Amino acid sequence: MSEFLHVLTDHWSLFGQGFGNTVKLFLIAAVGSLVLGTLLGAFRVSPIPALRWFGGSYVNIVRNTPLTLVFAFLVFAVPKLDVDLDYFTAATVALTVYTAAFICEVIRSGVNTVAPGQAEAARALGLTFDQVLTQVVLPQALRSMVPPMMSVLIAMLKNTTVAAGFSVLEAGAIPAYMAEFGEPQFYVLLWIAIGFLILITPLVLLQRLLERKWAVAR
Amino acid sequence: MGMKRVAVFAATAAFAFSLTACGEEGTPTASGGGASGAAPASDTCTSSGVALTADSSAAVSGSPTFDRIKSAGKTVVGVKFDQPNLGYKDTAGKRCGFDIEIAQYVSAKLGVDPAKIEYKEIPSANRETAIKGGEIDYYVGTYSITDKRKADVAFAGPYFVAGQDLLVRKDESAITGKDALKGKKVCSATGSTPIQRVRDEKLTEPENIVEFKTYSECVSQLLDKKVDAVTTDDAILKGYAAQNPAELKVVGQPFSTEKYGIGLAHDDKALRDYVNNQIEAAFKDGTWQKIYDGTLGKSGSPATPPTLERY
Repeated sequence: MSEFLHVLTDHWSLFGQGFGNTVKLFLIAAVGSLVLGTLLGAFRVSPIPALRWFGGSYVNIVRNTPLTLVFAFLVFAVPKLDVDLDYFTAATVALTVYTAAFICEVIRSGVNTVAPGQAEAARALGLTFDQVLTQVVLPQALRSMVPPMMSVLIAMLKNTTVAAGFSVLEAGAIPAYMAEFGEPQFYVLLWIAIGFLILITPLVLLQRLLERKWAVAR
Repeated sequence: MGMKRVAVFAATAAFAFSLTACGEEGTPTASGGGASGAAPASDTCTSSGVALTADSSAAVSGSPTFDRIKSAGKTVVGVKFDQPNLGYKDTAGKRCGFDIEIAQYVSAKLGVDPAKIEYKEIPSANRETAIKGGEIDYYVGTYSITDKRKADVAFAGPYFVAGQDLLVRKDESAITGKDALKGKKVCSATGSTPIQRVRDEKLTEPENIVEFKTYSECVSQLLDKKVDAVTTDDAILKGYAAQNPAELKVVGQPFSTEKYGIGLAHDDKALRDYVNNQIEAAFKDGTWQKIYDGTLGKSGSPATPPTLERY
């Protein structure tokens, strides 16, 4: 047991730095992908065919590409085009671009749960497309989006570990260091799992809070 | 609609299958045709051109490993496969490099034709276990001799003395050694000892430390000017420089010492003495030099045989 604790206490700064970067990656990519994903979701439900086509193509291309490949593209291929992207930025861009495709689909499915009569009634009252979306449809759609949205965000938090392979010292890079220090891998991985559980807890609590807040009697 | 989809799927599958079939047919012809002269088809290449013939009179009395080799008629050797010009397996399945040729030399001296070597790719973390368990007869693959390891295995050699060095672009003139790294981006394998040394000795700023899973990724970043130096043992770096001598060079100012030995069973003193004698002979008769010049030496960095350390 004491060895288990020592694995953490002897390398406190490494764990701190690793999980610190994981949180930073997550927060930036979460904001980025929520903004981009919402925009794409709006495209997919918009009345303009070109925008619908763009949204659909984005989702089909990005969602079907492995995340590691998105990272590799940004880190190994983009520099060949003389674009300078530092590794942390590349990681946040990769996570944002990838996660946005999933967020877009969550938004779209949420919008689809709102009865068409709602939007028709709003239009009959003379509301514009923007108004219909922001005043009538989205507030109702948000409710059903909460659980899948949290799943996407939790998956993204764990996906940040791919960045370890692309020169970002986050939680996923800790095992490589610890192996070199000769620390038992089992304990190291156990601590990393515990770390992720701790990071995910606030997301789960947030989901519960939002579900309760937006709950309606049907 | 349903029928149409099935048809498309079938066509795609058939196409993919035909591609695979084609690849399987093509490969053996390509590698078979590549074997030079009358040499038997084997999965090894000798870039140094050193001709090795099995020493049929080889005898090591009192060595259990040798007895095992003798009765099996082959040697089982642990190697690395991802270090160009050192311990490498190319896309055609051929094994090349300095360590590989040292392994072949030892095999020939043990009376086994190098074509009959059975190579096993053993990751660094499993080396002691593989030697102790008799899974391999000996191990040749950037295996540093340390006192800690001597408790588990025996070492013949060193057959090469490496040290942490820097790989830079050919036109680099500012990076002359470890003390000229400030403000430069330095790359190595994630969490490896060399990169931790760079961090601990503050050779460059923390934000300039770059880590990838493999050295080849670091080399790719070096060529793309995303990093300024790659650091690890010079033997490994020379291997990459030898692959691309027009664009890469090794600085040649090592700042650590790693003595590479041939890993043997701990208690097989007879075999250790025998292998040591054979290595010493290779140092003296120029075989070692030929192997080096034909592999790592292509990097443009010369080297001379090290001094054997019998213990």
